[in-house]
Amino acid sequence: MASSTYIANIPRRSGVRVLYDRLRGGDEIAYLVTLACAVATLLIVALLVGELWINSQPTVKTFGWHFLTSSRWDPNSGNFGALPFIYGTCVTSFLALLIAIPLGVAASVFLAEMAPPKLSNILTFLIELLAAVPSVIYGLLGIFILVPLIRDYLVPVLTKLFGYLPIFSGDFYGVSFLSAGMVLAIMVVPFIVSVSREVLLAVPTDQREAALALGATKWETTWQIVIPNALTGIFGSIFLALARALGETMAVTMVIGNTPKITASLLSPGYSIAAVIANEFAEASGDLYVSSLMFLGLVLFGLTIIINAVARILILTTQKRGA
Amino acid sequence: MGNTISSRRRVINAVMLSLSGLCTLLVIGVLFFILGYLMFHGLKSLNLAFFTKLPKPAGETGGGMANAIVGSGKIILLATCIGVPIGFLAGVFLAEYSGKTFAFLIRYTVDLLNGVPSIVIGIFAYAMVVKPMKHFSALAGGVALGIMMIPIAVRTTEEFLRAVPNPLREGAMALGATKARTIFTIVIPAAISGLTSGMMLNLARVAGETAPLLFTALGNMFWSRGWSQPTATLPVMIYNYAISPDEDLHQQAWAAGFVLLTLVLVINVTARLVINRGPAAARR
Amino acid sequence: MNPALIGSPSQPVTLSDAKLSAKDLSFYYGTFQALYNISLSIAPHKITAFIGPSGCGKSTFLRTMNRMNEILRNTRVEGELTLDGQDLLAMDVTTVRRRVGMVFQKSNPFPKSIFDNVAYGLRVNGMHKRSVVEEAVERSLTHAALWTEVKDKLNKPATALSGGQQQRLCIARALAVEPEVLLLDEPCSALDPIATLKIEELLFEIKSLTTIVIVTHNMQQAARLADYTGFFFMGKLVEFDDTRVMFQNPHKKETEDYITGRFG
Repeated sequence: MASSTYIANIPRRSGVRVLYDRLRGGDEIAYLVTLACAVATLLIVALLVGELWINSQPTVKTFGWHFLTSSRWDPNSGNFGALPFIYGTCVTSFLALLIAIPLGVAASVFLAEMAPPKLSNILTFLIELLAAVPSVIYGLLGIFILVPLIRDYLVPVLTKLFGYLPIFSGDFYGVSFLSAGMVLAIMVVPFIVSVSREVLLAVPTDQREAALALGATKWETTWQIVIPNALTGIFGSIFLALARALGETMAVTMVIGNTPKITASLLSPGYSIAAVIANEFAEASGDLYVSSLMFLGLVLFGLTIIINAVARILILTTQKRGA
Repeated sequence: MGNTISSRRRVINAVMLSLSGLCTLLVIGVLFFILGYLMFHGLKSLNLAFFTKLPKPAGETGGGMANAIVGSGKIILLATCIGVPIGFLAGVFLAEYSGKTFAFLIRYTVDLLNGVPSIVIGIFAYAMVVKPMKHFSALAGGVALGIMMIPIAVRTTEEFLRAVPNPLREGAMALGATKARTIFTIVIPAAISGLTSGMMLNLARVAGETAPLLFTALGNMFWSRGWSQPTATLPVMIYNYAISPDEDLHQQAWAAGFVLLTLVLVINVTARLVINRGPAAARR
Repeated sequence: MNPALIGSPSQPVTLSDAKLSAKDLSFYYGTFQALYNISLSIAPHKITAFIGPSGCGKSTFLRTMNRMNEILRNTRVEGELTLDGQDLLAMDVTTVRRRVGMVFQKSNPFPKSIFDNVAYGLRVNGMHKRSVVEEAVERSLTHAALWTEVKDKLNKPATALSGGQQQRLCIARALAVEPEVLLLDEPCSALDPIATLKIEELLFEIKSLTTIVIVTHNMQQAARLADYTGFFFMGKLVEFDDTRVMFQNPHKKETEDYITGRFG
């Protein structure tokens, strides 16, 4: 090409410069480096599972499955059983969901169906901020505010009304399953709200319009048409919250009482898997002790992975249907 | 007859709508309660000594958390240096290079890692760093938080790079740019505000993490030099002080909680505002 | 495809002095064949237009000429494609794209300043000397009839320009690396008539600098601009000839039907 002047005149470059240009334009290098990082994430997870597995072998060999069903946790005598922690984790998480589900689903219905979009966005923004509050702060507030409130106002009412039920029997010292469950409830509500709202918003508008056009009230439309459409996704959000609750450590540790006992009463102190690891890991002495805590970590890992997977599948199913 | 049914329905409608609104108010109320209470107690206990003094030995009053503030900063810096590059580059790989099956595998693994309870990540960092080194260290804490940063770094990067329109890539390649050149000079700069905000959110998330630090960085009543000593951090200090019986320490815990929450919320609000204004929001 | 077409008396350019030529070129998206044995030659310093109904393969063919289709997964090219007699399919792909520039249907300015947009191609190709880059930017913007409009705001973001200006900026950006061939994929389809006219005028002007190949769905545009026109239909090049012949006296019935608006 006749007028090719400046491009043709681009000077040949020195070795360093050529290398530099290659690096900057280098597809192979970029590909390999990014691939390496992607593979690194795989390796980290594999390593994590591997480490937990290998390090928990002493416990597996000594106790076998009995570890999961034994309720005796006595480091001094070398007896380790996980049941009190599994029980505590399940009870607190269940209690948290019991409180958080109605509250969260109702709030998400309000945000998705009733609030004007602008207000809804602002309120959702605020609720999502709640999810960003560090768990140690929830624990702090739990110890100094929630526990006294529960002790002074909630428990007297509960024992008076339902004291004959085993779950509300016995003395109350503040730290308990009940306190842990309530702190957890506050912590997981934002997850239910933000995911459920998204799922509700994904329900096609024509479904609502069809119901409204037939004379249904706003609430009937929501209850009979919109919520059934989004139900799978709402369950997804609940499982997501459950996974969070199971793995939550600090807030629970600070208010559960850290006593490895299985009791029916929600007013008694208890323990959870995450809490026992947090409390005892740094000071655990002896292979079997550390290994038992590692095994508890593995159990927690397995539980949350399964619950998270279920949550993801449920949420994906509704979003696909909505799209 | 028809009239009574319809009025019953109308009442139910009104009641349920108000109830759901009430629940929303309740949830939001919790946030403002937390903010208000921390503000009240935290500000009351906050003073200059908090930022400049070391903790006092048990029994004495006064002192501050200067070492924990610096320690938190060090550990977060280290975590960012570990988690962000790995996560970012892996995200670039997912958005720009990978095929379907492999990407699915990576994405799945990353989600899995994101769901792992932070305490379990702590155990992992303990096994990888503390055990071989035979002592607790800032390094171990940084590794734990760094691993926690990876999943979000990967997913934000992938999401924001995917939001960059394809014609920009084609435009650059049509000028003779290589794929790598296109990614680093066109695609990433086009997504930069979203990427930075995402990384800030990621940082804010681990800044408040306590559980994985309990047996990696542990804690320290004094200054810790370098990376291989036990190191104090704000969240762990809050925990230790909150469960101690000493009233003076409770006050310090409130002050630390206030500082931590302010930091986390300020980052969250700014980053979310940037993201909501950015191109990713337009896509939605 | 009728192979006799290549040697037909009205074939405008002999293969020996063609700027770019294709022989038996086929293209596949996965198992779907999008182009069937295309053979043609592009004359240097002329404007060649491709017309045809949408989905006929004209854009696919254009994107094969600078190998942009390679970005997509699962694509395959068969046949020959040469640039100045060299095998284009065997060349380094970035060199091909430097030598064969492209302007897209929707303007795609980078989210950078106007100056950096035009300078991008130069920098990518290793030219960093400030004075040379500045000179090239001015020259390219002048050729793209944009210089007077933007010379005072070179550091402003390119995305702030109007649609027509953005498309001319994209032409300037492509011209800056002095491509031997400039491919334009329906460059005016998103523009108003006045902006379209401006672009047509500038294409006419830059014919002396480069060889132009344009895909258009607008037959009047082809008739106004092009020296040669090719008609694509269902992945085949039905007819390729001097524009006047194509529009006044086409040899194929399909061409005549399309041009007279009987289908498409």
